[in-house]
Amino acid sequence: MNGSRAASLTVAWRFAALRVEGFPWIPTAILSTIALVAIFANVLAPYNPEVGVLGDRFRPPAWQAGGSEAHLLGTDHVGRDVLSRLIFGARVSMVVGFTAVIVAGILGTTLGILSGYLGGWVDQVIMRVTDTWLALPALTFAIFLAAVVGPSEMNIVIILGAVYWTRYARVIRGEVLSLRERDFVRLAIVAGCSKKTIMRRHILPNVLNSAIVLGTLMLGVVIVTEAALSFLGVGVPPPKPAWGLMLADGKKGLMAGYWWLTVLPGLCIMLMVLSANLLGDWLRVKLDPQLRQL
Amino acid sequence: MTPLLEARGLTKHFTVGGGLLGRGGGVVRAVDDVTFSIEPGRTLGVVGESGCGKTTTAKLVLRLEKPTAGQILFANQDVAGLEGDGLRAYRKSVQAVFQDPFASLNPRMRVDSIIAEPLVTHERLDAPAVAARVSKLLDVVGLPARSRDLFPHEFSGGQRQRIAIARALALSPRLVVLDEPVSALDVSIRAQILNLLRDLQRELGLAYLFIAHDLAAVAHMSHVIAVMYLGRIVEIGEALRVATAPQHPYTQALFAAALPAHPDERRDETVLMGEVPSPLNPPAGCRFNPRCPKVMPVCSQEEPKLKLAEGRQVACHLF
Amino acid sequence: MSALLEVSGLCTQYVSARGTRVTRAVDDVSFTLEAGRTLGIVGESGSGKTTLALTLMRLLPPAARIAGGSVRFGGEELLTKPDGEMRAIRGKRLAMILQDPMASLNPLFTVGDQIAETLRAHEATPRRAAWTRARELLAAVNIAAPARRVGEYPHQLSGGMRQRVVGAIAISCGPQLLIADEPTTSLDVTIQAQYLKLLGDIQRARGLAMIFITHNLGIVARMCDQVAVMYAGRLVETGPVRSIFNEPAHPYTRALIESIPKFGDAAERLTAIEGQPPDPAALPPGCAFHPRCPYVIDRCRAEAPPESHLSPQHRTRCWVAAPAAVGAARG
Repeated sequence: MNGSRAASLTVAWRFAALRVEGFPWIPTAILSTIALVAIFANVLAPYNPEVGVLGDRFRPPAWQAGGSEAHLLGTDHVGRDVLSRLIFGARVSMVVGFTAVIVAGILGTTLGILSGYLGGWVDQVIMRVTDTWLALPALTFAIFLAAVVGPSEMNIVIILGAVYWTRYARVIRGEVLSLRERDFVRLAIVAGCSKKTIMRRHILPNVLNSAIVLGTLMLGVVIVTEAALSFLGVGVPPPKPAWGLMLADGKKGLMAGYWWLTVLPGLCIMLMVLSANLLGDWLRVKLDPQLRQL
Repeated sequence: MTPLLEARGLTKHFTVGGGLLGRGGGVVRAVDDVTFSIEPGRTLGVVGESGCGKTTTAKLVLRLEKPTAGQILFANQDVAGLEGDGLRAYRKSVQAVFQDPFASLNPRMRVDSIIAEPLVTHERLDAPAVAARVSKLLDVVGLPARSRDLFPHEFSGGQRQRIAIARALALSPRLVVLDEPVSALDVSIRAQILNLLRDLQRELGLAYLFIAHDLAAVAHMSHVIAVMYLGRIVEIGEALRVATAPQHPYTQALFAAALPAHPDERRDETVLMGEVPSPLNPPAGCRFNPRCPKVMPVCSQEEPKLKLAEGRQVACHLF
Repeated sequence: MSALLEVSGLCTQYVSARGTRVTRAVDDVSFTLEAGRTLGIVGESGSGKTTLALTLMRLLPPAARIAGGSVRFGGEELLTKPDGEMRAIRGKRLAMILQDPMASLNPLFTVGDQIAETLRAHEATPRRAAWTRARELLAAVNIAAPARRVGEYPHQLSGGMRQRVVGAIAISCGPQLLIADEPTTSLDVTIQAQYLKLLGDIQRARGLAMIFITHNLGIVARMCDQVAVMYAGRLVETGPVRSIFNEPAHPYTRALIESIPKFGDAAERLTAIEGQPPDPAALPPGCAFHPRCPYVIDRCRAEAPPESHLSPQHRTRCWVAAPAAVGAARG
């Protein structure tokens, strides 16, 4: 027997055991940096992101004329340090992004498994709900919900989770439908396992890969939506820094030539979403052939 | 001796979709009025080609499907009616090994969990007791003890089939349904697994329902052979008799079509013509009549019933 | 007269993505095949038999490379032929049938289209004529109602019929050699018998040489004149079919023949071969079969035996069967 140990159920092992071929170093580095920045925001940010000095408004970045090293990336319309706001904004994006993805993931995967495995009226009900949900344009729906429940970081997470679980449900249900016919599931029935046990022990671990890949891809979507919500004023409430909100605020200054107020947060959003997508794509390719050969 | 498992008039029809409201579809007569019995510690071999109903029969015995008509009796109890504790007891007594060693094991579970699954589902044993039983089972199927910590993909096809057998034995069943257990394995491994299955039968008094398309393997392993065609049993009797002197024209064609074991072996060159018809539309009368080399007028009018002839049951108007 | 196909010292290797691991899928394989005769190549998974077939057809995947040897077909060396010439040979003089007919046929095109495609590619047959030929070919492979079938799609045909269509495509341009890789594995027993009879009839009618690649010795016994047994990439025994079945020299061949259940021996245990077929990427030293061999001696563990002749036609690689082997080894 060749001795290569396989990935066990924990997510960390799953990543570590993957062979290092074509590994997306840069995207992972970018995401890791953003994560670290988010975690150590307190230490890294030179200023309080929420409080500004009105006399210091609209300072350009340090390398431009009129800029100073005191504010490396300039200040915004109320004198708050852009760099600090970007750093703390990373925290918001990361927290909201990851949490929303996890909430959507748990909800969607559970419903997908129930729908796919139990079939019958459960499947019908869940699928009709999913169809209806999907028919609603995500952003509009999110705005509507935000208007109803009022903006707060917690609410945004729940809203994003509530909007995006349907993608998971669809995909996972499809996988469960084919898993259900596999011999080892039949044999579990023959062994006398209950439906609940089978879903937990046999179905769930085998759809986890897809769920994780989907999660990585959804991260980008979720973050963009959060940014859009913030941009429209129904996202994370000010003065808490969120990249989307920074975009909205900076919009006012664009005509006056204060480019750094929009370009810099936009760049951050772009980098994070792009990295998440590239990582997700690589993961999907990496994990799929394994699934097939197993 | 009371048979361990008895099928009486077992029938399973599937409705195949069609039309807007599911009407106007066809009926697949997968299994039609099948009767057989399995004695404790003996093997019933079932042979037949695609669409003959042998896999559906296995699923009915395993209660993965419910029969449309007829009964399956296990120790004189109707299997279809079992629920709750009765069903649990049945599951403990009847286990299965399927064809594809790569699909039979959950790729995300370690071997010891796989083998222990039936145990932990049915019995309240503590961890050391379960571990001891798993070790014993690995030993019985000829796998090294360290297999317990590995994952299925680290094993070859033949080894995985041994794991599947170990799991099937975990609860000391009385009947094991073997659905093409060696067809997906390399030729040099098949003999190993078949020998193992025979040894286990002898040592543990297991009964087998052995389904395969390899005639020689079935003839080797079985005490009784049933030949199925399009959902019906056309011949059933003692293995040696059916294999060496088949009476039903289909059985004769089947055994004649089997490949020789030596280039000089005399083979009946009469090759059966035509395709196996679809179970959606079986021919009228005897289902084999369009292809039968010995067909008579009565064959397309009346379905023959199984009757005793030449020391076994045959469903053919020739008798 | 030179043989139709002469293979000598053929070596095909798979190289891993980084170039670190080299797997010898086909190692020093040599055999000849005369026109109109049938050769059976017997082997299990990992033996290299499919790689051998793909090498002969020059249809190897990018990860594989031919590392040495020669393949002479009708006097011409195939391994050095440029792609264009190879394409002219493939399908016309050299044809192949694979195991899964559903994978060999395009589900989006009719059966007639697919047969006609080969004719139009190789013989520049105009459309109408190709369609007529397609109908004739379907009749030649014993498909009933060929005029109707020729316009049908693969999913409308049964497995046996699809395999016949694949056969029709293969013989459409009158090849000299047909390579069949496990052609009947997915077919029912009686359909298999029909199909083998069909192949035999076609062979006799057209003087076709055939190579059967299979793990089933029964097919070999039924269809082949010569046998070559492959294990871990090497030919461990070659010879006329009767010599192989009556006096198998190599322990692997012997064990294979003995492990097949035969009718009427219900009481006995089957002779089993211990162990598993080896992983081609991690072969044991010396003779690849030695871990499973009941007759193993020390020499087997250290040195891989060369080919040696037991008779002019019958060759084997075994220290026990041919201890004084100096033989026709090629390095």
